[in-house]
Amino acid sequence: MLVNQFLILAAVLFCIGVYGVIARRNAVMVLMSIELILNSVNINFLAFALRNGSVDGHVFALYIIAVAAAEVGVGLALVLLVYRNRKSIALDELSEMKG
Amino acid sequence: MVAQNIAFGIIAVIMVVGALRVVTVNNVVHAALWLVLVLAGAAAQYILLAAEFVAVTQVLVYIGAVMVLFLFGTMLTRAQLGKEKQLNNPTWYLGIPASLLLLGVMILALTSSFGDEKLPNDSELVSTQAISDQIFGPYLLPFWALSFVLLAAVIGAIVLARKD
Repeated sequence: MLVNQFLILAAVLFCIGVYGVIARRNAVMVLMSIELILNSVNINFLAFALRNGSVDGHVFALYIIAVAAAEVGVGLALVLLVYRNRKSIALDELSEMKG
Repeated sequence: MVAQNIAFGIIAVIMVVGALRVVTVNNVVHAALWLVLVLAGAAAQYILLAAEFVAVTQVLVYIGAVMVLFLFGTMLTRAQLGKEKQLNNPTWYLGIPASLLLLGVMILALTSSFGDEKLPNDSELVSTQAISDQIFGPYLLPFWALSFVLLAAVIGAIVLARKD
């Protein structure tokens, strides 16, 4: 197995996630795209851990999983709050702070 | 080695197709189910990368907990569960050149710096004991910080979502 096959798979997933963040209008879909991005970073960490023969990449991957879980919890609470106030979670309608 | 490469190829194709469906499908629940496929594929790739503990954690946390959160979020924020027209921004097509440009730059950088470097063949599975020795040894301070992050996230989510 090459190092690059894992790294390029992670790059492809990362770019699909970036496209999702840019293109999606629904806040829940944007959060799903962010999950794609975080997973691709995890694949990179584990590929480098295997390449360098160290355990540090595994520790970082576990920390990323925990931070992603916290991020989804707070993000969905925010989405619920926005939905309760506006009856919509379309991100392009949240423009009150525009000057 | 050949078997591992074939497994990698099959799982990679499944993951890329699933990820493309996540960002293109017009139904939030279907997108969440495609995301399950991508996350399970990622867990399989972790096993190919000799990381069994991270793979099991991925299944427990992502497929178990995060997906339930997503489905609850979908359920609580919209009544209709079918197809929808308004899931994309009006300027969604701008994302295609942006992400393709990023992908081109990343693949160029990766191929020029790693080329056809091989992963070690005789690697053993990293034991859970080795990971815990790292977490509770040199990485103890980040572990504490992470515990506070999770605590703050739980309290913050409760404070945000409760009705006053």
